[in-house]
Amino acid sequence: MKRFFGNKNFLVGFILSAVVLGMALTSLVWTPYDANSMNPRHRLESSSFHHPLGTDQYGRDILSRVMVGAVNSIVVGLVTVSIGMGIGVLLGLAAAYFGRFADEAIMRFSDLLFAFPAVLSAILITSILGPSVINAMFAIGLFYIPIFSRLTRAVATTTWKREYVAAARACGRSEWAIVGRHILPNILSPLIIQGTIQFAVAILAEAGLSYLGLGTQPPDPSWGRMLNEAQTFMDMAPWMAIFPGLAIAWAVLGFNLLGDGLRDTLDPKMVRVR
Amino acid sequence: MSSDLIIARDLARYFPLGGGLFTKPTAWVKAVDGVSFSVRKGESFGVVGESGCGKTTLGQMIVRLLEPTAGQVLFKGDDITHLNRRELSPFRQKIQIIFQDPYSSLDPRMTVTSIITEPLLAHGKPTKAHRRQVAADLMKKVGLRPDDQKKFPHEFSGGQRQRIGIARALCVRPELIVADEPVSALDVSIQAQVINLLGDLRDEFGLSYIFISHDISVVEHICDRIAVMYLGGIVEVAPTELFISDQRHPYSATLLAAVPRPDPNHRIQPAAMEGDVPSPIDPPPGCPFHPRCEHAFDRCRNEKPKLINVTDEHAVACFLNDGQGGVK
Repeated sequence: MKRFFGNKNFLVGFILSAVVLGMALTSLVWTPYDANSMNPRHRLESSSFHHPLGTDQYGRDILSRVMVGAVNSIVVGLVTVSIGMGIGVLLGLAAAYFGRFADEAIMRFSDLLFAFPAVLSAILITSILGPSVINAMFAIGLFYIPIFSRLTRAVATTTWKREYVAAARACGRSEWAIVGRHILPNILSPLIIQGTIQFAVAILAEAGLSYLGLGTQPPDPSWGRMLNEAQTFMDMAPWMAIFPGLAIAWAVLGFNLLGDGLRDTLDPKMVRVR
Repeated sequence: MSSDLIIARDLARYFPLGGGLFTKPTAWVKAVDGVSFSVRKGESFGVVGESGCGKTTLGQMIVRLLEPTAGQVLFKGDDITHLNRRELSPFRQKIQIIFQDPYSSLDPRMTVTSIITEPLLAHGKPTKAHRRQVAADLMKKVGLRPDDQKKFPHEFSGGQRQRIGIARALCVRPELIVADEPVSALDVSIQAQVINLLGDLRDEFGLSYIFISHDISVVEHICDRIAVMYLGGIVEVAPTELFISDQRHPYSATLLAAVPRPDPNHRIQPAAMEGDVPSPIDPPPGCPFHPRCEHAFDRCRNEKPKLINVTDEHAVACFLNDGQGGVK
């Protein structure tokens, strides 16, 4: 533990992410106001004792909406990373294990996905499937698959060549047991690191899609959505944009630093390569 | 012969070279090409040769980590060459392997207990207490402190790690252990300890060894018989004492002459052998050793000598032994 917290990146990232996580968890049981209840009498108010971060054009409390938006962002991060990691790791393991034709097929499929600019393609997918946060998560998760499949293939290929794998085989263990007991535990660190970083990217991507109206739909609060609504009132009520924007920057920075810190401590060799 | 524990018959393994997804390989590396030998129960059989001569490939085929391209492996008379994983399972317990690199051969994320008793998991569902007991016993046998059970491989030295590898091989009470360069990665002082340990374990458990090494001085200590490999084939087999005193193949003679002796008055003869090992992709015609052999004559360049017995126990693949006596 001390090893982790001695790393400045990890420490700062951990604190920033913990705040976001804490905010999201708190909002599940308590928010200052109902995030969706309108109160036209108090609309576009700047920060005050009753509304620390001000209100929006319908008089909704921005603090409450930022808190509920955190839940949205974290769910998006979890779901997209799970999709990408779940499918990507399976594909990567298959490519590394079978080699030859399977390897070629899976890696060319990854190249294909890589070739599309991720955000543009996500826009395309959500416009075809219809704008909703579920479709946005699907689109982002889809583009995470090649990231994880390539990473898995790279580290699993070298792990599979280790003599302890040959030793396990020589004593009669099945290939599944070898994957579960030797391969996965030994490739876990880079996967966790990459997962944390992609978590941050997903928050940013969802905010982008929601800003364009393709992600979370009103009235559900989402940081990107809030930015979109705020731009009409930039002159009158800049706090409407500042606080959700700050939340995005905070969360993305937090999870990125967390990922960097994890990489420094779990995988010191990776740093030296860079 | 009924006392033969394992018999290899014309074993061969070719590796494809080049060739992509849709193209055929451009060439084949004949890593092992037509190797036959047998090991008796309780015997230690040494396989020596330069790096690249195919001795590791041979060892991996015996434990069925590699599929032979051709030939057979018989264990106590049963052909185990083409068994699938389940059919092979009982034989896996009887034939174990010790690897060269004590760093790569132990999973860095497992405790010593898990590593040593992993073979038990492949053949049943042992309880935790049983595994701990087995690991502690084996650790004592190989000279490790049983208190270190919960440690991880990186907390041990190279020699200790090799002992862990040996304990793992012993876990399922095998009858044959293929030791693939078990001491080459260790310091000389540790080498002797590990070799003595292997000798003691052989006597205690009635083991047979196939002992693979590039170092004759290591092999002659522990082995009853020695086979010399050159470019994928065996060129000479003989009992150790006979081999040391009366080796018949020019290559064996050069190998022995190159062994450093800890004697200040002993001067190593300038190498009688020149050049490198020819490529196994494109082996020379005739005897594979002829381009480096000082005795080579016309027949060597055109015809490949077979391994023929000069006495009951002694076989050589060299035309110089075609009745006219040996080279010294």
